[in-house]
Amino acid sequence: MSKFRKKGKKGQPAVNTASLPDIVFMLLFFFMVTTVMRETTLKVENVTPQATEVSKLEKKSLVAYIYIGKPVKNLQGAFGTAPRIQLNDAFKTVDDIPLFVEMEKEARDEAERNRITWSLKVDVNTKMGIVTDVKQELRKVNALKLNYSSKKTDKISN
Amino acid sequence: MSRREIPEINAGSMADIAFLLLIFFLVTTTMDTDTGLIRKLPPPIDEPVEDQDKVKQRNIFEILVNANDQLLVESEYMQVTELREKAKVFIKSEPGNESMPEFKETEIPQLGVVPVSKQIISLQNDNGTSYEMYIKVQNELVAAYNELRNEFAQQKFGKPYTELVQKSGSSELIKEKMKAVKKFYPQRISEAEPKKVGGAE
Repeated sequence: MSKFRKKGKKGQPAVNTASLPDIVFMLLFFFMVTTVMRETTLKVENVTPQATEVSKLEKKSLVAYIYIGKPVKNLQGAFGTAPRIQLNDAFKTVDDIPLFVEMEKEARDEAERNRITWSLKVDVNTKMGIVTDVKQELRKVNALKLNYSSKKTDKISN
Repeated sequence: MSRREIPEINAGSMADIAFLLLIFFLVTTTMDTDTGLIRKLPPPIDEPVEDQDKVKQRNIFEILVNANDQLLVESEYMQVTELREKAKVFIKSEPGNESMPEFKETEIPQLGVVPVSKQIISLQNDNGTSYEMYIKVQNELVAAYNELRNEFAQQKFGKPYTELVQKSGSSELIKEKMKAVKKFYPQRISEAEPKKVGGAE
């Protein structure tokens, strides 16, 4: 009985935090390894639609992105609200796509040039007109493997 | 002589430094692997050729989407949620039914000679159709094919198609099976040039 009483009087010992840095470092390394810095700053509004049958894009290095959507709020003064195409970091027109395709192909290994997936990140509020123009242009320059970027969902509604 | 001990470096702030770095990486990290519907565009045609072989009307499943995001499927107004079932019935077809797609005896490895339906899905949208609607329609069509493939693979090989796809890297046989299922229900979605009646900019 007396044994227990002695302990109680001393109060609870402090939790040893010596291993705290180790835990934090572990987390740190995890995030350092998984982190991918955003290469482009988005200049267009970009909320991709939802779909149930999505598949993952496997090789990130073999994906080129084309963004389409309304310019973001603080650029609307200068660029208006009509949907625009963003390639890399700048607004471009449909006519710039062949050059863009060429540049993207140039940046990859020769063997992999035909395996590039062109991921269209199109905002939900965009009309099909501009998307079709982009598709036709891609088709002309033999960039045929497309991905309509969309988020996974369980069910779609009307 | 007094023994002088080398004072230990205070590691108490180590956690703080690590936390600082951790928070930095937490904020900058983007873990989104891109997902989406993968499609292939038809290769470019040098000069417009006349339709050499007209596809019979019964083999075509016609979908029209107008600028108000309304669907007309086989001359019938429809909600997008009903599209999947309808497309499935069409793709599957039915021997002997005159209004359903024809069959063609095709030799497929793993399956032998089997009747494959000559279905084609034709999709036409307006320039004013919203992208959201377009993706919904695409998604439903892909879903219809996937569901049929799943059912067929389950019945033939005892495994759903999605499982075959997942495991196709591990063995040649599974890959063959996957290809066979794919050949039995080939994804034929043809997109016509969009119309410009909706008055889009």
